[in-house]
Amino acid sequence: MGEHHHHGPAKGLTRWLFTTNHKDIGTMYLWFSFAMFILGGSFAMIIRAELFQPGLQLVEPEFFNQMTTLHGLVMVFGAIMPSFVGLANWLIPMMIGAPDMALPRMNNWSFWILPPAFLLLASTLFMEGGAPAAGWTFYAPLSTTYAGPSVTYFIFAIHVLGLSSIMGSINIIATVMNLRAPGMTYMKMPLFVWTWLITAFLLVAVMPVLAGCVTMMLMDVHFGTSFFSAAGGGDPVLFQHIFWFFGHPEVYIIILPAFGVVSQIIPAFSRKPLFGYDSMVYATASIAFLSFIVWAHHMYTVGLPVAGELFFMYATMLIAVPTGVKVFNWVTTMWRGSLSFETPMLFCIGFLILFTIGGFTGLMLAIAPADFQYHDTYFVVAHFHYVMVAGAVFSMSAAIYFWLPKWCGRMYNETMGKTHFWISFVGFNLAFFPQHFVGLAGMPRRIPDYALQFTDFNMMSSVGAFIYGLSQILFLYNVIATIVAGKKVSDPKVWDGAEGLEWTVATPAPYHTFETPPAIK
Amino acid sequence: MLKLSKNPAINTATTLVAVAVLMFAFVFVVMVPLYNVLCDALGINGKTDGKAYTSVQAGIDESRLVTVQFVATNNEGMPWEFGPTVTMMKVHPGAVNDTVFFAHNTLGKDMVAQAIPSISPSRAVQYFHKTECFCFNQQPLAAGAATEMPLQYIVDRDLPADIHTITLSYTIFDVTDMAKGAVATR
Repeated sequence: MGEHHHHGPAKGLTRWLFTTNHKDIGTMYLWFSFAMFILGGSFAMIIRAELFQPGLQLVEPEFFNQMTTLHGLVMVFGAIMPSFVGLANWLIPMMIGAPDMALPRMNNWSFWILPPAFLLLASTLFMEGGAPAAGWTFYAPLSTTYAGPSVTYFIFAIHVLGLSSIMGSINIIATVMNLRAPGMTYMKMPLFVWTWLITAFLLVAVMPVLAGCVTMMLMDVHFGTSFFSAAGGGDPVLFQHIFWFFGHPEVYIIILPAFGVVSQIIPAFSRKPLFGYDSMVYATASIAFLSFIVWAHHMYTVGLPVAGELFFMYATMLIAVPTGVKVFNWVTTMWRGSLSFETPMLFCIGFLILFTIGGFTGLMLAIAPADFQYHDTYFVVAHFHYVMVAGAVFSMSAAIYFWLPKWCGRMYNETMGKTHFWISFVGFNLAFFPQHFVGLAGMPRRIPDYALQFTDFNMMSSVGAFIYGLSQILFLYNVIATIVAGKKVSDPKVWDGAEGLEWTVATPAPYHTFETPPAIK
Repeated sequence: MLKLSKNPAINTATTLVAVAVLMFAFVFVVMVPLYNVLCDALGINGKTDGKAYTSVQAGIDESRLVTVQFVATNNEGMPWEFGPTVTMMKVHPGAVNDTVFFAHNTLGKDMVAQAIPSISPSRAVQYFHKTECFCFNQQPLAAGAATEMPLQYIVDRDLPADIHTITLSYTIFDVTDMAKGAVATR
């Protein structure tokens, strides 16, 4: 690539170690997150294999708890979040006509502290007492008084990956606010850039809260404080408030960039501009604002006063309004469009349908009196996998298929892509739809054994999970085959309906783009 | 926006670093104290304020009786025998009532305990006044010793009429290590 450029990428391993190029760093983020996706996925496979039948067959309950904990942590912090940061690195400078990220050296740092953090987290599996086992929400006192010695390593890993996220977000905000090409006003920015800008603000606001939360755990465990210990005047419920004050914005941190991706891809394959651009921006901002005042809907059963339950219930339901605006805008974009169903579009439509189902179950969970029945059951598990897997991971798959030809100048295999979609779609629904039923019937989450009447649905769920897991191997194969030997494409506009600055540069995207800012019409 | 550099991107970044640092501090200096203040003020969580009530002479409301139940729980790993001597009292609002809890250190070592109270329903918290309570202080007990610990309380005359029963629950914690000022071992 780029022989006519006076400086291309350096050669060898140091290219990746010392790179400050947004495309290199984006690539590394994407590969790293895929590796974490496979790691977190293999934990999920252990969980589903154990749950295939009632009774204990494969693993000890203690190890099962470590698996649910690490699966959640690795997927949220290792797979989904870094994958979208990788996408942001690749695309934001190209979408706003900037030559690179605003702070390229910090960019290098925010990536390279990530692998050690996860190495630290994964190493706890081999420590005495095992990995953290208190769930990805690591409620105190389970994660303090009753935790094994590895909890200290877990805390440090959270600190480091939090730092990485904060640096990444600062970089994104600094880039969007300062490096837009002349004429690229805020309301002309592609929606992916908008959703990431808002996400980055959420990250800067709440990752320090998570850091504070784990710091308090550290102090309780090692320095004799009692933030979360009732004996010394603290309160374990305080942990839940602090955790979810971080945790609820966190779920929007995961889904908002996905909204951005879908808002880029649906117009491209509908061959129509996005319907209601302005309302999309305002809806995103409203969701971000509301995310700060709904955290206690995760803890209806801790004994909140009735006024509190009502407030958090209504505030939570209010989020359905901007989310509904978005869903209707996507549907309206497709309405009377000249639709075609390439793999990225299939994943986006899958996203649209399944995310909406996840949104509706979210509304059911928001109803405080009903939540007492659903709380901590498989219904919750089904709900958040519909929004996280079918929401974030489907949109991420769509994004890879959509932009990969631009990045490497080679087209993926469409048949294999569509096969990947349909296997994922069927596998995903088979895995998670039955979980709604067992949840409503009272099967609690995070248990290695269950009552006999849940067997059939759990078997379906396990089979579905394995199908979904295997479909990702096909995805990996397709991506590698594309990069190595895909059919060459050279048209800057890989997709005829795609709009935006990233489609004006050469294909494959040269190592340096927009060294002189483009003219915005 | 902070203006430290000629490069506007550096200024944006410094401002955001400041925001992140402030949010970290916010957890410690705002969220924790605010939570405790709110819980005290609103009586959420059944938390009582842990301070003795100075009684106001307002007379006894002989027209109604309120049932006060006592519940005792040992926190995990706490070996003491601990409980109320009377599990239930019927009292008039406004009257000063006395009762005792017993405690017996069953181990062969000196220990210190802390009882943490909780009141149910939480609406009753602000109408239940303790003028004297063993929960206000840590309770040291020599190896094998037993003791009776006093509790004196008044149910407020303004207790809403629909509350007929108040449950006062104590959980006793082993705080020997904390009391020594030593680093808590787990």
